[in-house]
Amino acid sequence: MVNEQKKVMMEVKNIKLRFGGVVAIQNVSFDIQEGEIRAIIGPNGAGKSSMLNVINGFYHPQEGEIWFNGEKRPSMEPYEVAKTGIARTFQNIALFKGMTTIENVMTGRQLKMSKNFLWQLLRYGPAIEEEVKHRKRCEEIIDFLEINNIRKTPVGSLPYGLQKRVELARALAMEPELLLLDEPMAGMNVEEKQDMSRFIVDVNEEFGTTIALIEHDMGVVMDLADRVVVLNYGELLADGTPKEVQADQAVIDAYLGVPH
Amino acid sequence: MQSSDVALDTMPKLLARNVAEFGDSPAFREKDLGIWQTWTWKEASAEVMKLAKGLIELGVSEGDHVAVIGRNRPYLYWSLLAVQHLGAVPVPLYQDAVADEMEYILTHCNAAFAIVGDQEQVDKIQDISGKLTNLKDIIYVDPKGLRKYDKSRLHSYEDIIKSGMKSSSSIQEQLQKRTSKVVSDSTCVLLYTSGTTGKSKGVVQTHGAIVGAAMNANHHDGLTKDDYQLSYLPMAWVGDYMLSVGQGMASGACINCPEGADTFQVDLREVGPSYFLGPPPLWERIKTSVYIRIQDASAIKRGSFNFFMNHAAKVGKDILEKRSVNILDRFLYFLGNIIIYGPLKNMLGMSNVRIAYTAGEAISAELFDFYRSLGINLKQLYGQTEASVFLTMQNNNEVYADTVGKPINGVELKIGENGEVLYRSVGSFKEYYKNPKATKETKNKDGWVATGDAGYIDENTGQLRIIDRANSVGKLKNGALFAPKYVENKLKFFPNILEAVLFGDARDTCVAFLNIDLNAVGNWAERNNISYSSYQELAAHEQVGKILKEHVEEVNKDLALDPNMSSCQIKRFLVLHKELDPDDGEITRTRKVKRSFVSEKYSDLVSALYSDKTSVSTKTEVTYEDGRKGYLEATVNILDATLYEVKKQDKNAA
Repeated sequence: MVNEQKKVMMEVKNIKLRFGGVVAIQNVSFDIQEGEIRAIIGPNGAGKSSMLNVINGFYHPQEGEIWFNGEKRPSMEPYEVAKTGIARTFQNIALFKGMTTIENVMTGRQLKMSKNFLWQLLRYGPAIEEEVKHRKRCEEIIDFLEINNIRKTPVGSLPYGLQKRVELARALAMEPELLLLDEPMAGMNVEEKQDMSRFIVDVNEEFGTTIALIEHDMGVVMDLADRVVVLNYGELLADGTPKEVQADQAVIDAYLGVPH
Repeated sequence: MQSSDVALDTMPKLLARNVAEFGDSPAFREKDLGIWQTWTWKEASAEVMKLAKGLIELGVSEGDHVAVIGRNRPYLYWSLLAVQHLGAVPVPLYQDAVADEMEYILTHCNAAFAIVGDQEQVDKIQDISGKLTNLKDIIYVDPKGLRKYDKSRLHSYEDIIKSGMKSSSSIQEQLQKRTSKVVSDSTCVLLYTSGTTGKSKGVVQTHGAIVGAAMNANHHDGLTKDDYQLSYLPMAWVGDYMLSVGQGMASGACINCPEGADTFQVDLREVGPSYFLGPPPLWERIKTSVYIRIQDASAIKRGSFNFFMNHAAKVGKDILEKRSVNILDRFLYFLGNIIIYGPLKNMLGMSNVRIAYTAGEAISAELFDFYRSLGINLKQLYGQTEASVFLTMQNNNEVYADTVGKPINGVELKIGENGEVLYRSVGSFKEYYKNPKATKETKNKDGWVATGDAGYIDENTGQLRIIDRANSVGKLKNGALFAPKYVENKLKFFPNILEAVLFGDARDTCVAFLNIDLNAVGNWAERNNISYSSYQELAAHEQVGKILKEHVEEVNKDLALDPNMSSCQIKRFLVLHKELDPDDGEITRTRKVKRSFVSEKYSDLVSALYSDKTSVSTKTEVTYEDGRKGYLEATVNILDATLYEVKKQDKNAA
């Protein structure tokens, strides 16, 4: 349900991104409203991941503006973007394989820890206090995502679906305002997809986190998303509720297939 | 053991006693956010009272049935107690039951309220709420995912506690008045049987029966408040009710609740219980996992494991039962304890186990001896829902794999004319709820209850021996005894075989369905580079069939040694294309095969087994976890096994 009164959290305006001669994104604008689940869909090479990388600060577009919480954002590096409250997960899982689940999730709190490396090394007084505080938050997230049975398992030995969930946990540990999920359900079976969908909705409802996600499974997108952006060859093809997008002839032709 | 003047014959009285006598000892623990949280008896009692008052505010009346559904958590155990303090009756339900099964019980007992664990249970109840005309409100413990639900008839546990804390003194008075009216004869709990045959029945148990049986069982093993246990069995099973609530309340022992559904193994290790009850499939699973992991271990580890396990098999039981063992063997066992048994027990969370029981079903001798040889005091008990579990229990030094012990205090036992076991006990049930006909058939005027199990008193040991369900023991066409469970248990001892169903009543020969254990066989497949994508594919694999054939023939060989059982040898068998599943009604939630249901559902497979076909195509309806239904199509291979001649043991040779 789209609430017209909702505040716009992020707005990308006329983004243009080029790699040498290749144009990845061409003049794309859309917004993300506070508290919604926003899906970005499109065929392979449409520029979806590039778009997330732009929001995330990994790519710097040649043209265009990014507005976040009502302010125009200067060019930022990913770690600076992270500090503003934007977290993400990756299409190809990017966890520390040798570390356990809880250790991985704790790394998500690193930006929020004020005690420096030496304090943490000492593990004494204020450093311990701080760690306990952050550990509690991480444990709450672990409980929320139902991964307490693998709390102390090295993530490298976990099945793919669970690794995805650990990655989500780590992103949530940052307590982001905006969570970017790059194909959170890629390579999962039906049951894992259902679980993941449920967690995404729960995160959105319980924590009030705004979510932007890239997903290929149309069924999932139509169920989850409040609004959908459709990209095709780097251009904006459509923008609206799942129903509107589904009914859009250009989208049907380009992405969902031309009926025979 | 009790010195007080008041007879301790109800749950409220026990709780008051525990607060008075060991108020500061731990009563409940639960792992939450990775840390074990503890409530003492004083704190737990305060929680129960707050909840009870909140429930009065909500409108729970005396005699109301209150369903309690969810995994083992202190909050739900307190719910049971709070409901009892109000003179209402708790009805625990299996948390993994599908909506249809819940509907049957909830409408049968006319539940007025439900206290549930989480969103999943709320969803199931709301799905069927149209048919639950008597159900007023639902209370949930975990608010996750429920934010957007209509809250008019849905309350959080926390809110109920808060309303209980704010309640006026008149509510307090009402609570006291209601609690004082709860007496030994009042209904304590309504427990539904697992329903091996037909629909499940509601067993009405009084406070006096539950408390009496629990105290007798505690006395048998000298259970005290210093014992502690892990409450992991389904709350709806009488085994958990007696262990966690009955025996826990009666002894003051601490109840430990696992963190989640999948953390059992870790939690077990952390708690290290001193008293433990598990059904045979659990003991089987633990042993299978040990053997799988050993096969993956290095050669040195595997070698020493095999060496010491063989030694344990030789002398471990004798050492546990304090029989004489020569000094060299004793030393080797001592060494083995340092290198293998000790660490293994620690891994399994069994280091502190003083008393462990297997119950619910017969256990194979090999499996039983495995644990005893490690020095784990695993014993057998026999009981049923109608008896508040405890009928017979084995004493520490009289433990046998094929018997189930002598009657404990307060139990009289006799064998009926048809071989059925009958008993009279303090723990006997009052009646089947709304089913006077079944009550009459089961319990006679003098209070003797028919168990439905066939058995006899073993002459050598004086202990009870159970053969099978009275109605599943049959005869083959040639008149020979057909005891399916006996054979199935032999099959199930092989780690590769998860379930077995034997057919043969009123037939010429015996045939069997087998289920492979996906863990064990899957691991074997991995090591032998056999790829498979599903249970079905692996089950149909030719190599798997070969292995199972060896297993079946080994069982046949074994059966041939026993002249009484030799006719039960398996002539033909097949590996089922799907696992028997409680969601499909094929086995009960406590993993007992519903034989008649299975034979009806797969009648095409049974008749193929009795024909000379070598394979058969079939289509089976399956139910998914969320209750949707689908079909599974498969071609199942039928395999022949060798039968062995009965060996006449010639003992005349001088």
